[in-house]
Amino acid sequence: MKLYELTAHELGDMLKKGDITSYELTRSILYRVHTVENNIGSYITICEEEAMKRAELVQKKINAGLTRSPLAGIPVALKDNICTEGIRTTCASKMLHNFIPPYNATAASRLYEADTVLIGKTNMDEFSMGSSTENSFFKKTRNPWNTEHTPGGSSGGSAAAVASDETIFALGSDTGGSVRQPASFCGVVGLKPTYGAVSRFGLIAFASSLDQIGPITKDVTDCALVLNAIAGHDKKDSTCADIKHPDYTKALVKGIKGIRIGVPSEYIGQGVSARVRRAVLDSISVLKDLGAECEEFSLKMTQYAIPAYYILSSAEASSNLARYDGVKYGYRTKEYEDLYEMYVNTRSEGFGREVKRRIMLGTYVLSSGYYDAYYKKALKVRTLIYEEFEKAFEKYDVIAGPAAPSTSGKLGEKNGTPLDMYLGDIFTVPANITGFPALVLPCGFDRDNLPIGLQLVGKAFGESTLLKVGYNFEQSTGYHKRRASMERGEHQNEV
Amino acid sequence: MKIGKDTIEYVAKLARLKLTEKETDEMSHEIGAVLSYAKKLDELDTSAVKPMEHIIPLRNVFRNDNVEKSLGLEELFSNTPSKERGYFKVPNTF
Repeated sequence: MKLYELTAHELGDMLKKGDITSYELTRSILYRVHTVENNIGSYITICEEEAMKRAELVQKKINAGLTRSPLAGIPVALKDNICTEGIRTTCASKMLHNFIPPYNATAASRLYEADTVLIGKTNMDEFSMGSSTENSFFKKTRNPWNTEHTPGGSSGGSAAAVASDETIFALGSDTGGSVRQPASFCGVVGLKPTYGAVSRFGLIAFASSLDQIGPITKDVTDCALVLNAIAGHDKKDSTCADIKHPDYTKALVKGIKGIRIGVPSEYIGQGVSARVRRAVLDSISVLKDLGAECEEFSLKMTQYAIPAYYILSSAEASSNLARYDGVKYGYRTKEYEDLYEMYVNTRSEGFGREVKRRIMLGTYVLSSGYYDAYYKKALKVRTLIYEEFEKAFEKYDVIAGPAAPSTSGKLGEKNGTPLDMYLGDIFTVPANITGFPALVLPCGFDRDNLPIGLQLVGKAFGESTLLKVGYNFEQSTGYHKRRASMERGEHQNEV
Repeated sequence: MKIGKDTIEYVAKLARLKLTEKETDEMSHEIGAVLSYAKKLDELDTSAVKPMEHIIPLRNVFRNDNVEKSLGLEELFSNTPSKERGYFKVPNTF
């Protein structure tokens, strides 16, 4: 067994006992990065020297008994929209290709305080806009289960890095499914915490009312450990909830008898691939066998989530991305005569195609004459979607279904129009619109051996319930133990 | 639904973007398609529904007006494309 193949909690025990050092572990990860990174392409920036230095420092702390963090000495990768002091943070955009933040995002500083070792910054869709990581300005990332396929997105680099053992765990960000969908496609565990559970300070904004940072890990136990480290109030983010978080590892106990699970018929009906449906229904049977009370019900608002999401997220994005003007930081055009031309050329040269499309859509729905018809309408539909979920949670503790309607698509294979691509987010966006937490974990494989993810949505700040159900599922199925092949698949995609 | 070329050009101006002829044409189709899909929301009667901008109630965060540690000028200007004597440098605005 190689060190890089283990989980954070296994390695944490070994580090604590003195069986291994953080130095050896970091070297093992960097060796792995050297071996597979050419094939996978998870990282935009690799911090080799810094990582080795930090591992040495942390090991001294461990030796001296100066750290109590269960993640001390564990390697981590951060999505490249999470600011890291002194380390380039690009959002996978030409606009920020040279941006070196003078401060840390709160989530990053909490991981530093937990004595983790940063390996690098991971690839993503530019400004998190996309579902395949193909919208990166820098490079393509490949799916470790079949390198002809995408890792999903937008946190595709983080998910691929965890699945290919190029890190022990990672952080991503989730605005419409950007942690959960790549976790599903790469066969790893991904959590979008309740909106406000994790500080967004230093997370480069896409859509502020929807964005949330979340862990991507090899199993549910690691997910709980990382959530413990990053969740909690932060006065630098006025939307960060001032609540006392429980110790999430306390949820990792056997027994889910009596837990009520609702399965929306819309989530297993038309438009869902046969193999995904089968895997999800099999998972529901497993949960039933474990003592959960499962039944089908209807979430009629499902069909309205996508249009509401694309209006709201694009509107917020057009406003958030107005700051990129070539004045204070980031890219500035070389061709300009006056200020207006400097703005326009900087933005037209600095942003990629998908980002421009979202800015245009957002500007349109916020412009006078269309504000009420589109933006305000979407805000009202958001209320209706929220109320329908609230009502469902009177009856159920957890809402279960697939993370995505299908498994990962092939690289370069554009899934039709932008609208067709947006429809792939149908099961993930409701948790962003409503703010509810959602956990994705591996629950099977299709005929091409591509992973399928089960999604569990919970009540606000009900992460413990999700982790408990997820933990019990994982312990009785063992899908999380299967490792990616890192090879080109020989099979044809399932029709 | 296709959005008119004039509208696309107007919105691009608002967004401080310059689109090529080809981009303008593509956007008018693509944004049109998303907007016609969004018309689906009109199936719902929302006349008595309150809009929801944020999921959790927003409260201002106050602190006492004491001097705290903050970033220095050098750090603040470390990413600035063009600067002079502690100022951001841009073309003439008047």
